[in-house]
Amino acid sequence: MDKFTTHTGVGVPLRRSNVDTDQIIPAVYLKRVTRDGFEDGLFAAWRNDEAFVLNNPAYAAGSVLVAGPDFGTGSSREHAVWALQNYGFKVVISARFADIFRGNSGKAGLLAAQVDEKVVQRLWDYLDDNPGASITVDLESRTVRAGDGEGAIEDSFDIDDYTRWRLLEGLDDIGITLGHETDISTYEATRPSWKPQTITA
Amino acid sequence: MGRTLSEKVWDEHVVRSTAGEPDLLYIDLHLIHEVTSPQAFDGLRLSGRSVRRPDLTLATEDHNVPTLDWDKPIADPVSRTQVDTLRKNAAEFGVRLHPLGDVEQGIVHVVGPQLGLTQPGMTIVCGDSHTSTHGAFGAIAFGIGTSEVEHVLATQTLTQAKPKTMAVTVNGSLPAGVTAKDLVLTLIAHTGTGGGQGYIVEYRGQAIEELSMEGRMTVCNMSIEWGAKAGMIAPDQTTFDYIEGKPEAPRGADWDAAVAHWKTLVTDEDAVFDKEIVLDASEMTPFVTWGTNPGQGVPLGATVPQPADFDDEQDRIAAEKACEYMGLTPGTPMREIKVDTVFVGSCTNGRIEDLRLAADIIKGHKVDPNTRLLVVPGSVRVRMQAQDEGLDVIFKEAGAEWRGAGCSMCLGMNPDTLEPGERSASTSNRNFEGRQGKGGRTHLVSIPVAAATAIRGTLSSPADLAPAAV
Ligand code: SF4
Repeated sequence: MDKFTTHTGVGVPLRRSNVDTDQIIPAVYLKRVTRDGFEDGLFAAWRNDEAFVLNNPAYAAGSVLVAGPDFGTGSSREHAVWALQNYGFKVVISARFADIFRGNSGKAGLLAAQVDEKVVQRLWDYLDDNPGASITVDLESRTVRAGDGEGAIEDSFDIDDYTRWRLLEGLDDIGITLGHETDISTYEATRPSWKPQTITA
Repeated sequence: MGRTLSEKVWDEHVVRSTAGEPDLLYIDLHLIHEVTSPQAFDGLRLSGRSVRRPDLTLATEDHNVPTLDWDKPIADPVSRTQVDTLRKNAAEFGVRLHPLGDVEQGIVHVVGPQLGLTQPGMTIVCGDSHTSTHGAFGAIAFGIGTSEVEHVLATQTLTQAKPKTMAVTVNGSLPAGVTAKDLVLTLIAHTGTGGGQGYIVEYRGQAIEELSMEGRMTVCNMSIEWGAKAGMIAPDQTTFDYIEGKPEAPRGADWDAAVAHWKTLVTDEDAVFDKEIVLDASEMTPFVTWGTNPGQGVPLGATVPQPADFDDEQDRIAAEKACEYMGLTPGTPMREIKVDTVFVGSCTNGRIEDLRLAADIIKGHKVDPNTRLLVVPGSVRVRMQAQDEGLDVIFKEAGAEWRGAGCSMCLGMNPDTLEPGERSASTSNRNFEGRQGKGGRTHLVSIPVAAATAIRGTLSSPADLAPAAV
């Protein structure tokens, strides 16, 4: 996984709450057995609508999605994270993320930055007034910044320490866990004999 | 201080705990299906890793499988590739697989319990959010993403921050004709879709204790629909009776040791939950959704709500969008909504008890000529048992389609989908836009409502039916 320290990119206002993973990528697009190419299914139903924000050329290079609360609810499909990444998004900003989506993002290297609902509203207004403007997301200092002068926005975002550390270091989770192999073996030796097995010798 | 059920089960699985880091949890059972596993196996291959415990892993095919012509090669080449990939991976890594055509094939969350692999006090994960179903047995069970699937395959553990605890206490008894599905839909309308976020929930109280294992699975299944990490129910005699004698259940001395341990898996009297919700079951009625998330529901006797009546701005906008997508006029009585297709099935309501209840209501009636009824057993075993009991005959005589096992119309990934604008009453768990096929409109309902709706062609409960012609 690549290290993530800070990112500056075009912000995309997605003025919707409760964007579930079936909206992020409908099931029919989940049939690939690779990890790439899912951008074709990203927000597939909405992209048919000319007025949908991703169809606005000003946001063509969008890489920071600013969404309403309860983003990523529903299905556990990590394809939702891949679709966002395959499309070019590096960060999603929202006031509330569904747990599984947040977890998947952390594992796959997409930054899920949780901010106060008011910050989302201010970013939306700012992006509407300045289509194509950039947002900076600094993981080191946990801040989001946009605009300058009078109306500049600067606020902090939440992310748990462990995920932040892993993203900053670009660490592979499995590698870390395999470093605790002795702990796992020790635990395994204590499991009771009546616990079920799918394959019995 | 005492501990809650979830804390006890959690503590029993901690492999490693360090301040400032999530716990490393041991996983007792890892269930796999074709959609969320290919990239995980690929990851193993790329890094030269193997599956640490194939004997704690079980795979089946469910999301992509057709429910007609299942003995022929899957027609859609992309679906076929995904299923073939699972078969190759299972063979290469030594994982037990129940493929299409196998007697144990079915929806992964129906297969685990019916094999007796789902037991109290376990940790169970699957790359599927409805893994919460298995919590009905007093297990900690939750859905994971594909990176985590790879992590479990390689290490049989997961790094997990300990969630907060919540109790949902449902006092009183459910009135006759009101089911576990109505209970959970009522709860979600009460909490909203994000109300459970960050919590492991324990469902308790008289109404929960009175549920069968199937009913408990229906409730736990939908935990994720209000955002909960997992849902659990303390194991009791109902649980033990269900497991005893199942193919993979412990036997003899092992059974006694297991039950003795399972009996300790209850929340201590003096344990404290981080949050509590109390509901009264005796006031509940058949409950259905009108919108595009499972929290947008009302009693069947109510009307489509007016968006203007929502205080919260986000809720109001969501309601407007939902009414538009669903093609509904606010104020319309739910009972007047005409339904094109009724879907009985899924991991929420596709078990034998569900089919028995549906057949019981449908017996002697005919499906409305303008409505289609699809009955899809959750597994091949459920299908065979239903046939042994003659339920298939009842369904077919009423004019329903009797199908093979799988996820079917629960999600638009296999041939069973809604057409754009088509309206369904569905016993599944998600009414998201396009969930059952692009442009499809879904009302989530219980088994009795589904059965009565199929007969009348509009959203109905069995109380609305004329006596059956016997
Ligand atoms: S039946 Fe539906 S909810 Fe259940 S596993 Fe299949 S697709 Fe998921």
